[in-house]
Order: sequence, then structure tokens, then C-alpha cells
Amino acid sequence: MAENQNMEAQSEKLLEVKDLHVSFFTPAGEVKAVGGISYELNYGEVMGIVGESGSGKSQEAYAIMGLLQSPGKVIGGSITFEGEDVLAKSREEMTEFRGTRAAMIFQNPMTSLNPVYTVGNQLIEALRTHDKKITKKDAAKRAMEMLELVGINNVAKRMKQYPHEFSGGMRQRVMIAMGLICHPKLLIADEPTTALDVTIQAQILELMKDLQKKTQMGIIFITHNLGVVAEICDKVSVMYAGKIVEQGAVNDIFYHPSHPYTLGLLRSMPRVDADEHERLIPIEGTPVDMLNPPDGCPFAPRCEHCMKICLQKMPPHVEIGEGHKSACWLRVLEKKKDESVGAEGGAEVRESKQKED
Amino acid sequence: MPKYIAKRVFMALLTVLVVACITFFLMHAIPGNPWLSEKTPAPSVIEALNKKYGLDQPLPVQLVKYLGNMLRGDFGASIKMSKNRAVASIIAEKFPVSAKIGAISILWSVIVAVPLGCLSAYKRSTWVDSTLRVVCTIGISMPGFVVATILLLTLAGEGRPFPTMWNVNDVTWRSYVLPCLALGFYPMCYLARQTRTAMLDAINQEYIKTARSKGLKTGKIIFKHALRNALIPVITYLGPQIAFTLCGGFVVEKVFSIPGLGRYFVDSIQARDYPVIMGTTIFLATFIVVMNLIVDLLYKVVDPRINLEKGGN
Repeated sequence: MAENQNMEAQSEKLLEVKDLHVSFFTPAGEVKAVGGISYELNYGEVMGIVGESGSGKSQEAYAIMGLLQSPGKVIGGSITFEGEDVLAKSREEMTEFRGTRAAMIFQNPMTSLNPVYTVGNQLIEALRTHDKKITKKDAAKRAMEMLELVGINNVAKRMKQYPHEFSGGMRQRVMIAMGLICHPKLLIADEPTTALDVTIQAQILELMKDLQKKTQMGIIFITHNLGVVAEICDKVSVMYAGKIVEQGAVNDIFYHPSHPYTLGLLRSMPRVDADEHERLIPIEGTPVDMLNPPDGCPFAPRCEHCMKICLQKMPPHVEIGEGHKSACWLRVLEKKKDESVGAEGGAEVRESKQKED
Repeated sequence: MPKYIAKRVFMALLTVLVVACITFFLMHAIPGNPWLSEKTPAPSVIEALNKKYGLDQPLPVQLVKYLGNMLRGDFGASIKMSKNRAVASIIAEKFPVSAKIGAISILWSVIVAVPLGCLSAYKRSTWVDSTLRVVCTIGISMPGFVVATILLLTLAGEGRPFPTMWNVNDVTWRSYVLPCLALGFYPMCYLARQTRTAMLDAINQEYIKTARSKGLKTGKIIFKHALRNALIPVITYLGPQIAFTLCGGFVVEKVFSIPGLGRYFVDSIQARDYPVIMGTTIFLATFIVVMNLIVDLLYKVVDPRINLEKGGN
């Protein structure tokens, strides 16, 4: 019975990341780019990873793909993809893994395609690397089908063109076609719309949503744009300084944010329903120095609710609702208070609550 | 494209003409004359010789005459080195000797340098990279005669596999080894460094990340995706270098006593053999101009973004 349940859970789970640590060993010292993050992604689910520059969101994705560049290294944790340990794979197994099981598209479509080869050449190459038996003609046909699928017209002519003959949005479409040509189960999109203008952004998002529905692949969507997250994601992980500070379904994050950092992000974003003269509230301070991260909560120095304990110890993840977790001492203490009213922690929370009000 | 090529050919002819004029005046600006030797002839004899070879006329007149003959394909005859022999026939005899050695030298240097440069870039900041960089830096800072001498001292002579001198009557593959090593060493080192720099630049581009994320093997990423993008600086250097090397390295030809064009050219300057100086200089200049034209056309082949008609001239 227990085994049965286990198997069922296994079959839903596409990707499980557990306590992943990624460090860069630079001459100046160890930079802990990713400091112990955990999440799960089910088949056909879209998860957003939100965070500011340098929060480790891209490095975490590179770790999954085995694309970390020296001096970056995975130093702890596990990555399980369809029940297989990704970190234990050999180099050859990883080259096979990339492209066929998981694919990745990048931020800047202007530089992500090789300028000296035709689009067709690069698409066919992606296919033929993993499928040695396919003939050139069949591969070309598949490539053209993929281009049509991502909404490119006149594909026969487009195949023979070079990347510089494509616009930015078109190039990102080509990148998506190239990523999906071997039917991967997981697509990691590293800020795929950041370098595009807003109308094109919307088109690319629409396309990704559409393709996701058609292929039922899982997507990890890395971005710093909360608007994009609301558009496409089922759930969200908010990263700050290499740690996930809040995690939950997209509605939880937008309507019931529980971490001060998430709250700060939401307040710094313009809203349509805001009053005319309402000002955006930026998050004060600067991101932490990853070379010397603070002992406690990394956000503590910038947090308006900062307490003594925040500076000393990293808060554990607290389950707030179903699948909604937050790493903040406020929530930890709140929960304690719920469990045992009148305890010492409760007093502290009351105090800080008053401050908040 | 045809318009572009026509324009370039016209420019090339103009370049060669300018080179010819400059060489002509510089050559005559060097003190001395062809008749100076241990037994300097009497002034009356010199006067007669000058008159015979037209050296008594004013320089501009001589130049116009020379250019006129040149356009008709007549490069004059040697007046000192190999008396009265047509310059064209001298070049036709000497050039193949130099060209064969030069071609082998360039070939091995490219075959070795490009993979070494790629390896160095791929293994950047490791001992492999450091060693290669030290060797290449030494290679490009060491004068040619030192390289040649070291090779002679270590590999040539009695009991060693290679001959010290070029014996015209007994030219075997062994005769080629040391001159080609000596002549190709500098271009090899220079090219390896160029390739390394260009490859480092290419390897850090985003499309390499894309290639890796597609699951391509390292070899394909390096030699297909990175190298093609790193080729521009390599062929830029290689074009004129091929012309120089094929026309003969003076130092190497001198050290190994090879009867090549490079050595003959320098000797002709020392002897003030004016027609030979002019002939060989124009030959070399034409060769370089042609190589540069080929390089420019190759740019377009290597990188489709390059638009020759708009950008180049």
C-alpha cells in the first residue's frame, strides 16, 4: 500500500531538487550562489523562479542542466529527474540528457544563435545529435515542422537564412523550436522575454503557454518580472541571495504574500488599479555580498521587520497553507504562538506585530 | 559582387604601381652604384656602363621608361648578379625553391597552431595553457637565425639525421626538414596565440552555451561552433604571411645556403642590382595584394554577416 502510494507520487514528479548547494570558488573566496534550495515540479507544471540579479536563479538552472562553468560546482544536495539522479550521471549521459530530456532557452536571442550557420543547420544539428539514424531529409522536414509550430512563416526559405536575418522575437521562436525539437520533458527558460520589447514578450509568452498545453512539458520559468509570472506560472519560488524565501501557488504569492521580500517585490511593481498619484515603494538597501553572506536571514539587513533572531539564524521553512511555504521568523513565531499561546516567542511576535501595524 | 571584384582589382593595380614608384626612388636614394666592387672600374668605364643601362638619364625619365616596359611585361635584365639575364626568368627559377619550402612551412604551422590554440583556449588557466603560452611567447620573440642555429646545432651534421647545408645536387626530404621547421616556427607560434585569443572570445559567447544545452559533444562545440567564429583574425594574419613565407625567408635561406628568392632579393639590394630589386619587390607586392584580396573574399565565406559591397573598399 505504502509502496503503491510511493510509486504514484513518483510518477507525478518530474523534477525534485533537494537542498541544492552551488558554490563558485573564486580567488577572493567561496561564493555560495545557491545555498540549499528545494522544490518539486510535476509533469506539465509551470514553475516560476523569481529573484533579482545575482540571486542564484540562473546558476540553479545551470546545475540541473549540467552547464555550470568552472569555477562553479554543485557541492551538496540532489537533483532527481524522473527518478534518476542527475548529479550522478557521467559526461556522456549528460550530453544525452541535455536536449532530449531537458532543454534550455536563454535570455538574449540576439546572441544565442551561432551567427555563422543557417537556422536550418542549427535546428537539424540539434535533432541529429540525439537521433543518429534520422536522414538529413527527414531531419529537415522535422525542423520545418517545428518552425511552423512556433509560428514562423515561409519556413523553407527561413531554414536557409542566417540568424542575423531574423528579428529578436523570431530568433527566440527559433530557440524555442530548437529546444523542443527532441521533445524534452522539461524546458528551462532563463529570462526568455527580458531582452524583447513588450508586444513581442506577450507573443512569446502566449506561444510558450500554447506549446506547454500541447506538449504537456514541465517548464521552469526564470524571471525577475512578476507580471510574466502571473501570466504563465502555476507556482512560484521567490529566491533571494541563493535561498528560496517563499514558495507557493501563484495566487498565494500574489494575494497572500507572507515573506517581507515578496511583499517588497509586489509593492515595487506598478498596478493598474492603483490611485493616480500612488508611488511605488522600492526595497531599501542593496543585495547582500555573496562573498560574505550574513549569518541569519539574508534579507534581514533590508527588512523593515528585522528582529534580533533574524540576524543570527536562518529561519526554517514554515508551511502556511497547502504548498505555501515561507522562510521568515515572523511566520515561525506566529505558528509557535498558535500552538502555545503565551509562550516567550509569542510575546516577541506581538511586539513586532505592533510595529508592523 | 563582380562590381566589387572589379573595384578591388583596380585598387590592387594602383597599389602595385605606387609600390613600384616608391621602391624606385628609395632604391636610388641608397648611396653607391652597381659598379662598386674590389676592383672599381675607371670613371670612363663607369660612364660607359651607365650609358649602356640607361642610368645616366634623370630618375623620372628612367622611371617612366621602366613602368612602360613593365606594362609590356618586360621587367628588364640583371645588371650585376647574373649579368644580362632577364629578371622574370631569374624569379621563375628562384621562386619555386622558396615557394616549396615556404608552402611546407606554412602548412605545418597552420596544422599545428590551430589545434594548439584551440586546446590552449579550452584548457585556459591550466598548466597546458601556461606551457603553450610560454613556448609561443619565446617563439615569437626569438630571431629566426637563433631558431635556425639551435636546429643546426642539435639536429644537423655528422651522425645526425639532417644535412647542415642545402646541396643542390642532392636534395632529399631530409634537406627540407630543418629549413621548414625554422621558417614555420614563428608563424606557428604567432598563429597559436591568435587562435587562442580568438577562441577564448568565441567560447564565452552565448551561442556556445546554446550548443552545450543542445547536448552537443565538446569536439563539435569547439571545432564547429567556436572555431568558425574565431577564424577571422587567423585568416587575416595568414593571407599576407603566406605571401611573405612563399617568397622566402632571407635568414633561413642564408643560414642553410638555399638558393631561394628571399636570399637573392637581399643580395640584389646589396649589389645595387636595380632591375632585380624592382622585379622582386613588385613580385612580392603583387603576391601580397592578391592574398589580401583572397582574404577579403574569404571573410564573406567564413562569416555570412559580412557585407563586402557596403563595408569594404
